[in-house]
Amino acid sequence: MPGELRLMTGYDALVEGAITAGCRFFAGYPITPSTEIAERMSNRLPKVGGIFIQMEDELASIIAIIGASWGGLKAMTATSGPGFSLMQEGLGFAVITETPIVLVDVMRGGPSTGLVTLPSQGDVMQARWGSHGDYAIIALAPWSSQEMFDLAIKAFNLAEIYRNPVIILSDEVVAHIREPIKIPPPGEIEIVERRKPSVPPTEFIPYLPEPGEWVSPMPAFGEGYNLLVESVMHDEFGHRIGMGQPIAERKIKRIYYKIEKNVEKIAMYEERGLEDADVAIVTYGSSARTSLKAMKDARNLGIKVGMLRLITLWPFYDKLIEELSSKVKSIVVPEMNMGKIVREVERASKGHCKVFSVPKVGGVLHNPDEILSAVKLAAR
Amino acid sequence: MIQEENFEHILAKKYMRTELLPHAFCSGCGIGIIERMILMAFEELGEEEWKRTAFVSGIGCSGWTPLYFRSDVAHTLHGRALPFAIGLKLAKPELNVIVVMGDGDSMAIGGNHLIHAARRNIGLTAIIVTNMVYSLTGGQMAPTTPEGAITQTTPYGNIEPNFDLIELMKAAGATYLARWTTYHVIQAKNSIKKAVKHKGFSVVEIISQCPTFMGRYVLNKSDPRDIMQWFKENSIPVSVAATKSPEELKGKIIVGEFLHKPEVMEYTERLKLLKERVGRR
Repeated sequence: MPGELRLMTGYDALVEGAITAGCRFFAGYPITPSTEIAERMSNRLPKVGGIFIQMEDELASIIAIIGASWGGLKAMTATSGPGFSLMQEGLGFAVITETPIVLVDVMRGGPSTGLVTLPSQGDVMQARWGSHGDYAIIALAPWSSQEMFDLAIKAFNLAEIYRNPVIILSDEVVAHIREPIKIPPPGEIEIVERRKPSVPPTEFIPYLPEPGEWVSPMPAFGEGYNLLVESVMHDEFGHRIGMGQPIAERKIKRIYYKIEKNVEKIAMYEERGLEDADVAIVTYGSSARTSLKAMKDARNLGIKVGMLRLITLWPFYDKLIEELSSKVKSIVVPEMNMGKIVREVERASKGHCKVFSVPKVGGVLHNPDEILSAVKLAAR
Repeated sequence: MIQEENFEHILAKKYMRTELLPHAFCSGCGIGIIERMILMAFEELGEEEWKRTAFVSGIGCSGWTPLYFRSDVAHTLHGRALPFAIGLKLAKPELNVIVVMGDGDSMAIGGNHLIHAARRNIGLTAIIVTNMVYSLTGGQMAPTTPEGAITQTTPYGNIEPNFDLIELMKAAGATYLARWTTYHVIQAKNSIKKAVKHKGFSVVEIISQCPTFMGRYVLNKSDPRDIMQWFKENSIPVSVAATKSPEELKGKIIVGEFLHKPEVMEYTERLKLLKERVGRR
C-alpha cells in the first residue's frame, strides 16, 4: 500500500518506480546481475497493460525501446557490463533522434565478461562517453532501494523533459540489497508526461524548438505528422543532410547544451556534515554507503570530515565541486574503479585543494578502514 | 537532366515528399522501381491503409527507399531496422509497419534480428532489396554475392557461398514469402499488397540492379536495361523450378510466391491473449 514501509530489493523498487512513472514497455536480454529487472518486468507489465519482450540481444533491446518510444510509450531496458557496451550503438541513435528512453546499467566488474556477479563502478565514464560523436547524457547513481524507486521516476521525467536517454547507473550491491522503502501516495509523485504538439501536422517542425525551449514536443507514429526519424545528421525537419556544416553544428550544439546548460536543474546531490569540514568525501552509489561508515569513524577520531554524495553523475556539476574545493583542505574520492570520477573532481576543483583518489577494483566494496586511512592522510 | 515536371507523376504527388526530389540514387538504380511497386500497391490498397502505415529502414542504399515517402518514417541504424519496427508494432499494433532493408542490412549485420523476427511471426512486412553487393560503400562482397564474383573485397573471386533468403526465412518461421526482380513490377506489386494484408511476418525479396557496382563487378553489365534483361531471361517461376534439378537451377533466380500460411497466429495477437489471460487473474 502506498505510504507504508515495504521491504524491497533494489531491482523490485526500480521496477515499481518505473511502472509508477508510466513505463509500459520493456525490452531486454538476460545478463547478470540485471536479469531480475527483466524477470520482474515480465511479471508486472502485462498486469498493468504494458508490454514485455525478451529480445535476441542487447543491440535489439535498446533499439526496440526506441521504436516503442516513437510508438508513444514510455520505455526502458536494463543490462550490465557487456550488454551496456553493445547498447552504446543504440544510445547514440536515441541521442540524435532525441528519443526519451531509460537505460539501467547494473554495473558489474569488467573488462569484458569480467567479474559477472560482483559489483563495480567501472562504467561511469562509458555512460558519459561510450557512444561515438559529440553528445550529452544524463546519468543518475542510486545508493539504496528507496533511491532505485525514486530515481526510476526521476529518470523517466528527465527523459521526457529533455528528450534524451537517461541512464540509471546502479551496481550489483544496490540492485540486490533488500531494504525498507516508502512508496508515496500517487498524488504526491511528480510525473512528467510527453509534450504533444499544439499545432496541426502541416505547421509542425519536429526539430525546431519553440523560443525559450530546448526541445520540440514529440508526436508518435500514426498520429498524422509524417515524421522522419533520422539517424543521419539532419535539419530541423528531420531531412538528412550529407554535408551542411552550419545545420550540423546547430544540431550538435543544441543536443549538447540542452543537457549541459541545464546542469543546475538536473543535478541532484546530498551533503552530510560539510558545514565545518576540513576534508570532504565526494562519492556516489554503493561507495557512499561505505564512505558513510568511514566518515562516522573519522568524526569519532575528531577529524572534521563531511560527505558530498553525487546523485546525478552526468551532467557533471562543476560549480558544486569548485565551491566545495575552496571551502575544504582536501577531497577524497572513493569509487569502485581505478579512479574515474576523481578526474572530474580534480578538473572541477581547479587546484583549490588537494584531491585523493581511493580506488577499489576486483569486485568488492571498500573496507571502511581504507577510506578512513585516506581521510586521515587528507586531514594532515 | 531531370525535369521538375517529372515529380508531377500522380504517385509522386500523392505519396512522396516531392520537396526532396530528385532522389539521390544513381541513374538506372532499381530502387526507384521498387518505390513505385510499393506506391502502386498502396494505390490499390487504398488511402485508409496508407494512413495507417509506417516505414522503417536501415542503412545502405536500400535504407533510403522510404525516406521520400510522405508517411511516418524511421531511418535507423545498419542492421537495426527490425528491432525498431518490433518496438513500434508492439506499441501500435494497428499500424502496418513496412521494413525496407538491403541484403547486407538484413542478412549480414541484421541477420540475427531477421531470423528472430521470423521466428516470432510478428506482423511486419519486410521488403528486402537484394542487389548482391554493398553499394553505398562502393561495391564490396555481400552475403548474397555469387561464388566467384569479383568485388572490391573479393579481388581474387568470392570464395563464400551465398544465402538464399527464401530458404532462410522458411526455416526461421516467416509465414508469407515471395521473390521477384525489378523486371516483375506487376507481380511484385501484387505480392507487396498481399504481404501488407498478411497478419504474420511477411518477406518480399526484390532482386534489384545496381548498375554502378553489382552490374559492373558481378554481371559485367553496366547498362540497367541489360541487367533487367538478364533478370528476365534467368528468372524461373517457382512452379517450374519444382520440376528442375539443382544443376539446371544453378545461376537462376526462382521467382514467385513461396509460402502463405495465414493460419499461424501472429505475435501481437498472442500478446493480446496473454494480457487478457493475466488480466483476468
